[in-house]
Amino acid sequence: MSDGMETEQGPEAAAIVLRGVHKWYGQFHVLKNIDLTVQNGERIVICGPSGSGKSTLIRCINRLEEHQQGEILVEGIKLTDDLKRIDEIRSEVGMVFQQFNLFPHKTILENCALAPIRVRKMPRKDAEELAMQYLERVKIPEQADKYPAQLSGGQQQRVAIARALCMNPRIMLFDEPTSALDPEMIKEVLDVMIELAEEGMTMIVVTHEMGFARTVADRIIFMDGGEIIEDAPPQKFFEAPESERTKEFLAQIL
Amino acid sequence: MSEMYRAGEHPDLPPPVETSGVRRWLRANLFSSVLSSLTTLVLAGFILWILKSALIWGMLEADFFGASFRDCASAGACWAVASARFPQYWFGFFYPSAQYWRPLLAFALLSVAVAPWLSESIKYRRELKIFSLFYPLIALLLLYGGAGLAIVETDRWGGFLLTLVIGVVGIVASLPIGILLALGRRSEMPVVRTLCVVFIEIVRGVPLITVLFTASVLLPLFLPDGMSFNKLLRVLIMVSLFASAYMAEIVRGGLAAIPPGQEEAARAMGLGYWQTMGLIVLPQALRIVIPGIVSSFIGLFKDTSLVAIVGLYDLLGLTQAILKETGWMGVKIEAYVFIGAIFWICCFSMSRYAKHLEEKLKRGHV
Repeated sequence: MSDGMETEQGPEAAAIVLRGVHKWYGQFHVLKNIDLTVQNGERIVICGPSGSGKSTLIRCINRLEEHQQGEILVEGIKLTDDLKRIDEIRSEVGMVFQQFNLFPHKTILENCALAPIRVRKMPRKDAEELAMQYLERVKIPEQADKYPAQLSGGQQQRVAIARALCMNPRIMLFDEPTSALDPEMIKEVLDVMIELAEEGMTMIVVTHEMGFARTVADRIIFMDGGEIIEDAPPQKFFEAPESERTKEFLAQIL
Repeated sequence: MSEMYRAGEHPDLPPPVETSGVRRWLRANLFSSVLSSLTTLVLAGFILWILKSALIWGMLEADFFGASFRDCASAGACWAVASARFPQYWFGFFYPSAQYWRPLLAFALLSVAVAPWLSESIKYRRELKIFSLFYPLIALLLLYGGAGLAIVETDRWGGFLLTLVIGVVGIVASLPIGILLALGRRSEMPVVRTLCVVFIEIVRGVPLITVLFTASVLLPLFLPDGMSFNKLLRVLIMVSLFASAYMAEIVRGGLAAIPPGQEEAARAMGLGYWQTMGLIVLPQALRIVIPGIVSSFIGLFKDTSLVAIVGLYDLLGLTQAILKETGWMGVKIEAYVFIGAIFWICCFSMSRYAKHLEEKLKRGHV
């Protein structure tokens, strides 16, 4: 690929651009010719059956997975093998996982303050203050000194969101953030995400929560078999989808 | 029957009355049936008989002091072999007795250097940790000499001192090297991975004795003429590398047990590889494998006795040499029991500390 220093600047620069992205796991073609542009402040929901490549897609955006063809630009920076650049992009892109992935050997506060201290080189005291600020925003400041295992799933996921926000990211990726939660806890996590969306955060959310998609998303993307099948604003997506496959999917889940 | 359940109908009740107690335990575990009562009695009798014989042999009818085997007139054990040579058991045959204070001081400082790593509640922990970084130099200066202290060549070191030097160096070196090897074996870089796999599998495939022989006999042949290096140093390197290969596999087991999501989450936040490993993955992985690590330490500590074969007078080599002296012909078991006890105290302490550590860490994050 190129030298990795390529940038696309200007006020109109999109948050994320994918052009002709392909990815294979061995022989298996997971992502097929993905073209996607996400503007700053846009909220995208990606849905689709399991195995459709939606998680892989967002994991390519912060290079947890490598794509083999095409190009991905994040904030105008092209993703290449340059490790420095990748770490730089990762510190601008927050990610929330299905399994929370909190660090069990660190307290809630330490979980949140870790990256600001180690990556941003922020003094410990400032980082902890920042962490408390975000813990208050997700409404669990009183849990700061506990360990992740002492929290409920919903609380853990809210900590995970706070932890990602502590890096002050410009883009947030959510990989099925409510799929591992008990039904009673889904709402508390979605509420935090809605609040975040209202503040204008650029978000890409892989989820099956169609209620969330309807109220929050600017665009909904439907994937199947590694391809983007449908890309439409919520109203059109739910009421007049173009593809038969999308209609089928919606009939299954609604 | 068809009545509806109502919330609050089942108040919290206290648990049933305690079902334990000494008598109940005895009945349940030792005397639950005729056969089990019989087994209990027979085994208890057997244990008592052994204890009694050991007590008579080792204490009541034993001789504790004397200059040679002839002074051991009683029917029991001849501990004189240990008491007459007591200082030599600690420092070896040839360590000048006028300098005994140096290894003694080194032992004492070792416990100071180790303390901050073992206990979190200790005072001046930071300062002590810094001290422990310099400890190897201090110990070398004390044991070997220099800077005004008379030189004591390493071939004059022996006994517990030598055992401890090999054991501690092996333990301290094998953990970091083992961790690096384990990480290397999981690396995505093929050259690094292959080198680590080859090293680990070769070392694990050969007995330590052959490695030690190679080090003491073969290695000098490969080195250019005139270049020789210290036998003890060779042994230290070999023991450390040997233990590292085992350590690597133990650590790898721990690494494999950590969900990949941990590494992903750390990388996704922008932490680099070494930060991710050092702050997130390794602390969790090592915690899981503490029992394995300590087993390896214990094994290593006992394996130090193999250096007797290449002619070093560690505890075992020293004992064998003493038993060959004419004055101590006829003594055997006592000397081995004595050094066995020294090994046991060291190893058992390690094992107890590991247990304590495991429990403490378990409390750490529920």
